Amino acid sequence: MNSEEKAAQLYETLRKIQESKGYFFNKDKEMVLELLAALQANKDHYGYMVCPCRLASGDRDQDKDIICPCVYREPDVKDYGSCYCGLYVSRDWNEEKIPHEYVPERRTPV
Amino acid sequence: MSDSIRVYALSTCIHCKRAKEYLDQCGVDYTPVHLDWMTGQERTDALNEMKKHNPAQSFPTILIGDTVIVGFKKDEIEKALGKDQEQDPTAS
Repeated sequence: MNSEEKAAQLYETLRKIQESKGYFFNKDKEMVLELLAALQANKDHYGYMVCPCRLASGDRDQDKDIICPCVYREPDVKDYGSCYCGLYVSRDWNEEKIPHEYVPERRTPV
Repeated sequence: MSDSIRVYALSTCIHCKRAKEYLDQCGVDYTPVHLDWMTGQERTDALNEMKKHNPAQSFPTILIGDTVIVGFKKDEIEKALGKDQEQDPTAS
């Protein structure tokens, strides 16, 4: 299975699980598939799905707060309707009921 | 590669990718600095350099002349490019 097929499979698997928790994939499906492929690449490289938009240390314990879904997803989606990298959003964000703003980095630099 | 524009980026980050694509569309040269491709002292030095401009260490961090742009913000890039070309017409 190539990386696109893996990303498409991951999309279906995760979508059901995360939607039941109130987190939706960004309606920009191309972007989501790119992010899922990047998560898969990080898993292949580091051994865990660290956020593709953050610099991983390579130490799983040090990176545990940014393993997707990161611990910052909840407050970010609450405050901005989107997580930091834009993978997960709220229903309102997807339905353009709230503005699409840049999500600043909430994590304290390590 | 022009040194007046530097993009601190991650190869896996989609916002970094879109920022670089946008700079390509604008036809400007820039130096990409991919921290996730670096190791050891090279990585430490690049991170320290980046921290001076963006203490949050988030990506992308884009330097255009003396303007620092954190995140892929098209309008800020456009403004900074306009300013950068006034100061150094040979920048692009």
